[in-house]
Amino acid sequence: MDFLAPSTWAEALAAKAERPDALPVAGGTDVMVEMNFDHRRPGALLDLTRVAPLGEWAFDDGRVRLGAGVTYARVIAELGSTLPGLAMASRTVGSPQIRNRGTVGGNLGAASPAGDSHPALLAADAVVEVESAARGVRHVPVADFYTGVKRNALEQDELISAVLIAPPSGPQQFCKIGTRNAMVIAVSAFGFALHPDRRAVGTGIGSAAPTPRRATDAAAFLAGELEAAGLWESRAALPEGLAAEFGRKVRDAAAPIDDVRGTAAYRLHTLSVMARRAATWAWDEHRRAA
Amino acid sequence: MRIELTVNGERHEADDVWEGESLLYALRERLGLPGSKNACEQGECGSCTVYMDGVPVCSCLVAAGQAQGRDVTTVEGLAGDDGLDPVQQAFVECGAVQCGFCTPGFLVSTHDLLARNPRPSDPEIREALAGNLCRCTGYEKILDAVRTAAHS
Ligand SMILES: Cc1cc2nc3c(=O)[nH]c(=O)nc-3n(C[C@H](O)[C@H](O)[C@H](O)COP(=O)(O)OP(=O)(O)OC[C@H]3O[C@@H](n4cnc5c(N)ncnc54)[C@H](O)[C@@H]3O)c2cc1C
Ligand code: FES
Ligand code: FES
Repeated sequence: MDFLAPSTWAEALAAKAERPDALPVAGGTDVMVEMNFDHRRPGALLDLTRVAPLGEWAFDDGRVRLGAGVTYARVIAELGSTLPGLAMASRTVGSPQIRNRGTVGGNLGAASPAGDSHPALLAADAVVEVESAARGVRHVPVADFYTGVKRNALEQDELISAVLIAPPSGPQQFCKIGTRNAMVIAVSAFGFALHPDRRAVGTGIGSAAPTPRRATDAAAFLAGELEAAGLWESRAALPEGLAAEFGRKVRDAAAPIDDVRGTAAYRLHTLSVMARRAATWAWDEHRRAA
Repeated sequence: MRIELTVNGERHEADDVWEGESLLYALRERLGLPGSKNACEQGECGSCTVYMDGVPVCSCLVAAGQAQGRDVTTVEGLAGDDGLDPVQQAFVECGAVQCGFCTPGFLVSTHDLLARNPRPSDPEIREALAGNLCRCTGYEKILDAVRTAAHS
């Protein structure tokens, strides 16, 4: 096995192109578990922690360009009010030690249906920026990035450089069900965003389908009801039952399984409750902000 | 491969490091620093917690090669010439150590908490120590020790 430690992005891309068998490692919180338990023996580890730009974030053309190697701890400390949904999700990840190392890029690389950043990225319409030495930069809308259970849209020679996320025009929420507050893989999770600028609603479902996914019909339903009742302008209270109906439609978008963490039926139930609460909290916050 | 890093203020080198091994393994088996404990090797228990460049991490989840050139502090580095660190002293005095396996990790995590927040509330202590598991003490004495260290 080899240990490749590029110090520039160009070197990293060249190394990945030359060595398709090299496994990128950022915070190592997924990769090293697999290594320690002999579940994975790649031909090489490709250490990305010396590629400085991956650990940076900046405003770029109205969006936050979050380097793939920015840790959860830094998202929480530095972007709590700029990217509230992702920061809320980040606060629920693992433990302080895990948040000090684990990265959003690593969560996307692992593409677990239970990854906590995914519902927040889906609700916020994030775009994943990937790059290869041969073909340059490619922008993948996050909903297209998840292609199967723990599979993503990366080609063999590509690396994730950044995630592009527009700061929200309205409130965001993130809810997660687990057996305790720390150190839990989500039984189910839900990300929610109100986009008053576009009169749209964003959603993201975690741990309740083969991939993270949106509740597209539910989002269109809620946005349409808000429109029809003139609520985007008036910011009046939500009509009785609207949030609950939204919750049921979110539930209908999921396709969970029974596993050790929970039953499919429980996951469906929790999704409808989380979606109702998230919509209610976000709308109340939107009203207070008027 | 060979790695060079600073541990507890001293330059260390290790040869024949396997490319896939963890910093925890390198510390314990190659550098003769068995203070950091290996209990789960999957980031769940925190008994391997060390500072890397000033940030507490699970050393079982850092590839040894990622620590090349970095600055690591293990539990062995907490005590000074004039004796135990106040955090260590408080753990001893409060009976926060039973089998002791979790203790090195709790010491590093507590040391970090008090460096950032010298007067933490109980919820803040619980949050900061959420990545450290103890199977013996039931945590009450550990909480006592953290509060004691904060007031010493
Ligand atoms: C104890 C523990 C608790 C955890 N709790 C949670 C939790 O609550 N919620 C959660 O979502 N996750 C959790 N995880 C999983 C893990 O911490 C996250 O998935 C994290 O985001 C992984 O980031 P990393 O930088 O450590 O990734 P790594 O382990 O370094 O990499 C993960 C994957 O991404 C690939 N990769 C990394 N960076 C890139 C890149 N730039 N380009 C291409 N591929 C890349 C790697 O090759 C690998 O396949 C937990 C893990 C542990 C050990
Ligand atoms: S041995 Fe590293 S967290 Fe348990
Ligand atoms: S004292 Fe035994 S595990 Fe904590």
